Amino acid sequence: MKTGKLQRLAAEMKKFKHSYILLAPYFLLFCLFTVLPVVMSLVISFTYFNMLEFPRWVGWHNYSRLFLDDEVFLIALKNTFLFAAITGPLSYIASFIFAWLINELSPKIRAVMTLLFYAPSISGNIYFIWLILFSSDSYGYANSFLMKTGIIYEPILWLQDPQYILPIIILVQLWLSLGVSFLAFIAGLQSIDKTLFEAGAVDGIRNRWQELWYITLPTMRPQLMFGAVIQITMSFAVADVAIALAGFPSVQYAGHTIVTHLMDYGSIRFEMGYASAIATVLFLIMVGCNIATQKLLRKVGQ
Amino acid sequence: MRTFTLRRDKKVNRSLFGDLVLFVFLAAVASFSALPLVFTINNAFKPMDEIFMFPPRFFVRNPTLDNFTDLVHLMANSWVPFTRYVFNTFFITLLGTAGHIILASAAAYPLAKHRFPFSKLFFSVIVLSLMFSSQVTAIPNYMTMSWLGWIDSYKAIIIPAFAYPLGLYLMKQFMEQIPDALLEAAKIDGASEYRIFWQIVMPLVKPAWLTLLILLFQQLWGIDGGNFIYSEELKTMSYALEQIILGGIARTGVAAAVALLMMSVPIIVFVLSQSQVLQTMAASGMKD
Repeated sequence: MKTGKLQRLAAEMKKFKHSYILLAPYFLLFCLFTVLPVVMSLVISFTYFNMLEFPRWVGWHNYSRLFLDDEVFLIALKNTFLFAAITGPLSYIASFIFAWLINELSPKIRAVMTLLFYAPSISGNIYFIWLILFSSDSYGYANSFLMKTGIIYEPILWLQDPQYILPIIILVQLWLSLGVSFLAFIAGLQSIDKTLFEAGAVDGIRNRWQELWYITLPTMRPQLMFGAVIQITMSFAVADVAIALAGFPSVQYAGHTIVTHLMDYGSIRFEMGYASAIATVLFLIMVGCNIATQKLLRKVGQ
Repeated sequence: MRTFTLRRDKKVNRSLFGDLVLFVFLAAVASFSALPLVFTINNAFKPMDEIFMFPPRFFVRNPTLDNFTDLVHLMANSWVPFTRYVFNTFFITLLGTAGHIILASAAAYPLAKHRFPFSKLFFSVIVLSLMFSSQVTAIPNYMTMSWLGWIDSYKAIIIPAFAYPLGLYLMKQFMEQIPDALLEAAKIDGASEYRIFWQIVMPLVKPAWLTLLILLFQQLWGIDGGNFIYSEELKTMSYALEQIILGGIARTGVAAAVALLMMSVPIIVFVLSQSQVLQTMAASGMKD
């Protein structure tokens, strides 16, 4: 009985030989650079490993050290959740609202607006420019503007003062965040069948808010779910911007995140076991948050 | 009846006041979004005295090309010419993108159009991998690269880019729209799966190629070599920009010139491909 099943499976697989061959090159690389690393990271996180000696099994030690003995990690954890809790939902809602508003404009203006909103996220590491805008002396544009208008009298040390570091990173992160999901929303909105709105108007929908709630959002659910995944993953991965603006390490760890903590142990201290434990925690947070959100979005409108 | 036909020409359910408020709001946010880009363009053409004017002025008064000539001089003194950084960035981006488009399309075609054992599992793994960022895999990948001996070579950056998951995801979703009848007809005419893929499917998904191009641009254009590239002659434009900006306030103008070069290429590519990209994105949704 069991062999019969296996034989049928083998026959079926043979029939689709070509499919597997087409799939193979991509999937070999995907396994090597994405699947395998996740598994390796999990295994290594239970060891002490410095890339020179053979890894030594230490059980849960790295995890207990992470949560009980590492105060900096707790700061990183707090910062990361704060970033994610603000930039995640805000960038998601902003992506949708701007896409929705742009959708009303004429095609030419829409194309220009799309470019303006999307450009920051494809321009490479152009966010370095914010360093000049938020420069700490009176030559900095933010300082000089505020001084000229009389709001402040002395230049603010924007990127050295822990009080300002976090909000500035959030601001720049939001500036960068209208990316793939923003495009997905624009495209989704444009592909909604126009007759739905006319039918809605006949059925007594009176303003654009009702239209949004009763027609647009339910129709766009697949794109909304896709966008949620992209924005959530991005919002937990804050690091490059934080390092570029606040330095590494930042003053009083004000711009320290899980990812910068990971980089600290992984590429500076070479404590690979410990760094892998951080990576595994990051993995669980990202995937857990994504799956929970997917479940939630699937319920909306049902 | 008459009002109904009149209203059909215009958009239904819109008030003028609402339109106005929303438009002002949009214009404000759009200018915030464009501000650093406009600033970069202006700074790139500012002469020295305008850059260090106090109070600083946002817009350029007497545009010059000084910053670009300074860039050439600055880079002529370093032992790696600036053109080398530019070449490296182009090389990485183009090769990575081309390889990704071919491999991801080849894998997307069977996933979109065939139902074979484990096909669902393959796709679920791809969707799962969209749920975490590349930093999670950074450390094991560094080890893999050092075992493979790929450290300090472009392979460490280009080859993993081939297997970027988001590209496969979007390509597969887009390919699902190709009518089955078309593929069946080709099959009856005796075309092999490979020929169907290469001669029928690939030309039909041109909009998706451009989308993958844009996505990979987003990934590769700004790469500075990070932990993988140590040799100066292999470093990228993005790295050069960082170094120049870190050079301090005196380099502000030159930095803006480099930044302008950095951002203009992806923006031009996007302008040229926008409508096709949006066509692909319409199919991006996650179905239950």
